[in-house]
Amino acid sequence: MPTDTMTQRSGNGAQLLGHTALINARLVDPASGLDEPGGLLIENGLIADLGPHLRRNAPEGVEVIDCAGQLLCPGLVDMIVHAGDPGFEHRETLGTASRAAAAGGVTTMICMPQTDPVIDDVALVDYIERRARDTAVVHVHPMAAMTKGLKGKEMTEIGLLRDAGAVAFTNGKASVVNAQLMRCVLAYAKDFGALTVHHTEDPKLANGGVMNEGEVASRLGLPGVPSAAETIMLERDIRLVELTGGRYHAAQITCAESLAVIRDAKSRGLPVTCGVSINHLTLNENDVGSYRTFLKMRPPLRGEDDRLAMVEGLAQGDIDVIVSAHDPQDADVKRRPFAEASDGAIGVETMLPAALRLYHNNQIELPRLLAALSLRPSQLLDLPNGRLEKGAPADLILVDLATPWVVDPELLHSKSKNTPFDASRLEGRVLRTLVAGKTVYKYADPQIG
Amino acid sequence: MTIATAPSEFYFDHRHLLGIEGLTSAEINGLLDLAAEAADFNRQVAKKRDILRGRTQINLFFEASTRTQSSFELAGKRLGADVMNMSVKSSSIKKGETLLDTAATLNAMRPDILVVRHSSAGAVELLSQKVDCSVINAGDGGHEHPTQALLDALTIRLNKGRIAGLIVAICGDVLHSRVARSNIMLLNALGARVRVIAPSTLLPPDAERLGVEVFNSMEQGLRDADIVMALRLQRERMTGSYIPSTREFFHFFGLDLEKLKFAKPDALIMHPGPMNRGVEIDSAVADDPRSVISEQVELGVAVRMAVLEALARNLPTA
Repeated sequence: MPTDTMTQRSGNGAQLLGHTALINARLVDPASGLDEPGGLLIENGLIADLGPHLRRNAPEGVEVIDCAGQLLCPGLVDMIVHAGDPGFEHRETLGTASRAAAAGGVTTMICMPQTDPVIDDVALVDYIERRARDTAVVHVHPMAAMTKGLKGKEMTEIGLLRDAGAVAFTNGKASVVNAQLMRCVLAYAKDFGALTVHHTEDPKLANGGVMNEGEVASRLGLPGVPSAAETIMLERDIRLVELTGGRYHAAQITCAESLAVIRDAKSRGLPVTCGVSINHLTLNENDVGSYRTFLKMRPPLRGEDDRLAMVEGLAQGDIDVIVSAHDPQDADVKRRPFAEASDGAIGVETMLPAALRLYHNNQIELPRLLAALSLRPSQLLDLPNGRLEKGAPADLILVDLATPWVVDPELLHSKSKNTPFDASRLEGRVLRTLVAGKTVYKYADPQIG
Repeated sequence: MTIATAPSEFYFDHRHLLGIEGLTSAEINGLLDLAAEAADFNRQVAKKRDILRGRTQINLFFEASTRTQSSFELAGKRLGADVMNMSVKSSSIKKGETLLDTAATLNAMRPDILVVRHSSAGAVELLSQKVDCSVINAGDGGHEHPTQALLDALTIRLNKGRIAGLIVAICGDVLHSRVARSNIMLLNALGARVRVIAPSTLLPPDAERLGVEVFNSMEQGLRDADIVMALRLQRERMTGSYIPSTREFFHFFGLDLEKLKFAKPDALIMHPGPMNRGVEIDSAVADDPRSVISEQVELGVAVRMAVLEALARNLPTA
């Protein structure tokens, strides 16, 4: 278990094995609805106690951290992180990604299998877990490929991969076009209780498009991807879920029509959930401006109406999860003409501050926002994280909700700097991140930050 | 031994044996009684009878088979029939003749019994409608393999003394298995509790409607089983489409000693053959004292003799 590996990994025995009290905090727990002043006690990497009685008084002999009234909530769980390791270490490693995650308040990151080699074999799941144990400062769980080599032709060893520690199965950035194979994957994964996470885009309909189809693309003279390419594949998948009963999660939806499909599936009681990326909640196609390749991503940024639909779907609880879709790309592949540049944006470090925009704009309640960032992904992946309760892992973040700051890519921890929030003004940031009770990030502290 | 001269009174009121479906439990038991007699007879030194003397039996196999075809051949010869084997390699099907033209051609040769295996479900029944002789289904696609189900039932009955009330777990590729379908119907007709254990991708849709309990885990499905029947996994289904790999299939659904512990200690181990050792069954299990796989082959001849005999009693004598 990740908790154990973190414990064993640390050399800082005094702080870890001792007990830590976080006092004078605003405790917010999306699982229980708790939102009150109080404190929290950590013992051996787990939450030992919490509540108003610990607001002022910590037990004798424990390390005390005064939270100065700031928000203390569960660490975030990011379901989609491309960490580059193995094969793309020049863009990112599990180590650098995990430090970016810690700085962004993400205490559990799920690594996508689109690496070189692809994570489609038990030995590679073992590799990720070993590398994470040796180099990462947050929990790392691999999501494994659902088809061999992500080629969409043959099913992977879902049972053995799950036993080895893969928390879910995906076909990366491409859809499984073969409906019979997708049916088999859903049916087979169901036997093992495994979650299928699918990127939905009909490749034929996408037809070489490089941004959202519409007026902006037409003006820029770029080929577009219609949102129907996403919705058609999603609708097909829902039919297959109906046929098989397999647990299905749409990795990222981006448009109002897809949201309607998800709502309909949920109202019929199907085991369907969905996610949205922080980019599609806070940016739109107009941000592409004059061919800014850092805003080129898959699925593409949509129009403002679709963005607002995503925000509304999140606020209503129909969209379950927010992901960073963190996808480091180096300058070589980004500094190209728009159509030739790579897709992808980093985001694990800016996800929470960017998401807080929605909260500051009064578009979503804080508990709902935090649930989509921690509790819900944790539940979907059968992880124990994302809750403030006795016995839960002490994966915690201390958040300053209000202070404004400007994003400077050079100060981000990611090895690649392709952030779409370059020079953006954000409000709120993570002050401290604890993983299994140990501080792995502290704002403005060069020792840990 | 007097068995050879003491035929039972059983009357089988069918011209063909196309499947287990449609047979009454009395008919199934009658065939099994007859087969039990034949099994005793087959253990004598002199194994020749004359029930089918003068009759012609043609084994028409459109799909390759070693054990079923030789079992039918031996059964026919022991009953005194003239047996001819036709396999697809030498047949005119290769030259483009349709199934029904082949049937008409063979019919013109006036056989008394046709034993037919075909890769398409329903093909044997179609052929039976176009010929004047008796037809025995030796396996039609994913539909039925009635003599296999009968020999499995006889094996169970001889070892356990009964079939009613036993828990029979059928494991593996149920979806493509005609053996499983025939067994499910036969065992249900005789009052056994039938379970199937397989990944969802290898189960027929609405499997529970066939009268079985469905399990996706060997641990749960094998619990308290009296009979454990492993099915052959077809090679073309082994990688990628229905299951990821033989390694994974063996890990979760291969019958090994570890998983067998969930069944009753005296559970019988059965397999219709030919086995893929290390895929659906571990060698240690296949060769375990509880394995009756060889006995199944032996009783296969007896069951086929019983079926031939039962049908021969209805053949026109003039």
